[in-house]
Amino acid sequence: MGEAIVVTSGKGGVGKTTTTANLGTALALQDKKVCLIDTDIGLRNLDVVMGLENRIIYDIVDVVKERCKTKQALITDKRFDCLHVLPAAQTSDKSEVTPEAIQAIVEELKQDYDYVVIDCPAGIEQGYKNAVAGADKAIVVTTPEKSSVRDADRIIGLLEQEDIESPKLVINRIRNHMMKNGDMLDVDEIVSILSIDLLGIIIDDDSVLKAANSGEPVAMKPDSKASLAYRNIARRILGEAVPLQNLDEEKGVFTKVKRFFGIRS
Amino acid sequence: MQKIMIKGTRDGLTLRLDDQCGFDELLQELEEKLSMNGIEEDDPMVRVSVQLGKRYVTDEQKEQISKVIRDRQKLVVDRIDSEVITKQEALNWKENTDLTPIVRTIRSGQVVHVKGDMLLIGDVNPGGQVSATGHIFVLGKLRGIAHSGMDGDEGTVIAASYMQPSQLRISDQVSRSPDYDSEGVYMECGYVDEQEGKIRMDTLQQVTKKRPDLVSFERRMLNG
Ligand SMILES: Nc1ncnc2c1ncn2[C@@H]1O[C@H](COP(=O)(O)OP(=O)(O)OP(=O)(O)O)[C@@H](O)[C@H]1O
Ligand SMILES: [Mg+2]
Repeated sequence: MGEAIVVTSGKGGVGKTTTTANLGTALALQDKKVCLIDTDIGLRNLDVVMGLENRIIYDIVDVVKERCKTKQALITDKRFDCLHVLPAAQTSDKSEVTPEAIQAIVEELKQDYDYVVIDCPAGIEQGYKNAVAGADKAIVVTTPEKSSVRDADRIIGLLEQEDIESPKLVINRIRNHMMKNGDMLDVDEIVSILSIDLLGIIIDDDSVLKAANSGEPVAMKPDSKASLAYRNIARRILGEAVPLQNLDEEKGVFTKVKRFFGIRS
Repeated sequence: MQKIMIKGTRDGLTLRLDDQCGFDELLQELEEKLSMNGIEEDDPMVRVSVQLGKRYVTDEQKEQISKVIRDRQKLVVDRIDSEVITKQEALNWKENTDLTPIVRTIRSGQVVHVKGDMLLIGDVNPGGQVSATGHIFVLGKLRGIAHSGMDGDEGTVIAASYMQPSQLRISDQVSRSPDYDSEGVYMECGYVDEQEGKIRMDTLQQVTKKRPDLVSFERRMLNG
């Protein structure tokens, strides 16, 4: 029996879909059986970032409406046989699915996969409720901007009301020179405000965007810092204690990473 | 036996009223007693303190007593004290003077209210809000909004280990953070300065001097 992790943020455009795609890819690189679920109904993206858009026949709404079996809607990744994607519907509305329906699908998938990673839409309404319904754990993504941190805080407050482990934090799109100049909140400040465990930090890197556009998640590229960051996140989820990346060549300043996501038996 | 004893003190008059007879009887006697007292035109105003003993009076009856006294020239009612209160009043009073500890982070969008004093062990994040009818003590970082003395008690204070609030509200007073980015301060306390009638901040040590009865049980009982 695997576990379900929802990737959420509150604020839009901070990197939930990117994180979901890369975490899934990085876990597959570690030979884990992984299923990604896109719950952003009406604005599906995950399939595009994974380069799988042209293979979609059925989607999650078809599964909920019992127009197909769950397995029939799953798309196999180009690169890994152990990685699958359950795409969102592009033409339907969020209101066509319920938290209970998503929860049932997640439960079903957990039987066959080590990890079910759920890409959550922005906001705190219906779409969010659908996405967190089946989750055992949560990752909150933020960028080093005040508004983004504020929304992350709001989401953490909401997650604390769910039957979910204390969420873990991913800080995305870090620009080192701006943090150093004090033009952006720094990692310690963000962790101090949100007071949850830090799972990983990812720099702002053109390669992330390029990779997303070419349908090949950056985690596949061994030479980029962002790629390493995502693979480190996957290893921490698997229970390894991997130190945080040095963002510059000096001695590392971020030593806050503890052991994240203890392994389940 | 006399139903009303009048005593002159340095601060004015003290009326000790009998607590066994009927209320109407008492009122009548009070009227008579006061009308007997010859008061000169150019006498200064006299403050009157009424002691009801073990008699329970409703707010309405309190008002009746006040009226009889006020109707006499030169007399102002300072306070009316009874040694008894109803269970409900006792309960309210206890709730309003109790210290409620809360152990959690108050996050953006969350609002936590208590009756009485609040001891928060944790942070109030930007966008979060705490409020209390009494004082608020934050063992952590106050970065959101705190509102003490919600029912109108300007004597309440807001103290925090780290103070960087977006707003402090005490009773009806509001003060907000400056528009420029400012660092927070450690171990500070907000209170209403009586002279200015505005919220001010000072170190905890200074404020405990201004509010020596910070957590005493009697404080709000005496204040009514
Ligand atoms: N570390 C990064 N460096 C550079 N670009 C990034 C990084 N992370 C994400 N991006 C880019 O930011 C944009 C938004 O990312 P993404 O779609 O993952 O956000 P999202 O949170 O899923 O958005 P939405 O709320 O709309 O679903 C994308 O164009 C993505 O390529
Ligand atoms: Mg998305």
